[in-house]
Amino acid sequence: MTRVGVVLFPGSNCEHDVVEAVRALGGEADLLWHGATDVGPVDAVVLPGGFAHGDYLRPGAIARFSPIMAAIERFAADGGAVIGICNGFQILTEARLLPGALQKNRGLTFLCMPVELEVCSTRSVLTWEVAPGQRLRIPINHFEGNYTCDAETLSMLKAEDRVVLRYVDNPNGSVDRIAGICNAEGNVVGLMPHPERASDVLLGSADGATLLRSLLGTAVRPSALAGTDVLAVGAEVAATALA
Amino acid sequence: MLVEVSLRPGIADPQGATIERSLPALGFERVSGVRTGKAIRFSIDADDEAGARGEVDELCRRFLTNPVIEDARVTLAAADQAVRR
Repeated sequence: MTRVGVVLFPGSNCEHDVVEAVRALGGEADLLWHGATDVGPVDAVVLPGGFAHGDYLRPGAIARFSPIMAAIERFAADGGAVIGICNGFQILTEARLLPGALQKNRGLTFLCMPVELEVCSTRSVLTWEVAPGQRLRIPINHFEGNYTCDAETLSMLKAEDRVVLRYVDNPNGSVDRIAGICNAEGNVVGLMPHPERASDVLLGSADGATLLRSLLGTAVRPSALAGTDVLAVGAEVAATALA
Repeated sequence: MLVEVSLRPGIADPQGATIERSLPALGFERVSGVRTGKAIRFSIDADDEAGARGEVDELCRRFLTNPVIEDARVTLAAADQAVRR
């Protein structure tokens, strides 16, 4: 069973939603305190949404120096799956595990609503199981979700097929409608929408479960994805599951 | 030390734009180029100005600013010797 560690920073507020969603999908999930110096025996790490350290200075600016972040950097470098949702995405960019930055929404409006997303890359741990071009309806809930990066970084993200999700109607002004990106290896993913809040039809949509199921299926350690074709790993996992 | 953090040129500043848009209604017709930011003040114990500046530049780069979207302007003034002990 895939074991997911969900990091609890002071000010996180979506950690239990992620734990519940993972458990409902048949995975194991436990909270990891931000002050811990290792991630323990987990297959994947999720940095949940919220306001880690009060979002003081900038969202993620202080959280990136929490003791557990050094362990997460090592875990990611070894090929471990690391997902940053909303505030978690902001933390991953501040930690330079993902390029670019999240600035205030265009129009200075806090946005809390379901949005339509398009799956643009299936080479990430969050999307390998999803059909390219598939539309997903998942809520956003943020003030600083307007993704930005310089032109060079944007070209690189596109050339390397690292734009994982795009908004259909770009509610926050993100460059190139970007809602989520991954690192070069595809094992570190950041996204502003909250898949855990769309993990059951009772919540209005189960589209987020599609992404979390990919994560649970892909997170096979050690070094599952480093230098490996994600689709091949996914196929292998599927074959094992069917066997 | 005074560190003024502002959004880099070319990065949209919706707060500045909103403030600017509201000014004509108050009778301020000739104000333009409004940009917002934040000011961070602190003291630093250093042997000389170059040392202090080097340390603050490093602090700005690693923590006080996000270089992807923000610039810092550092203003430095010698503190009262009595305060410095």
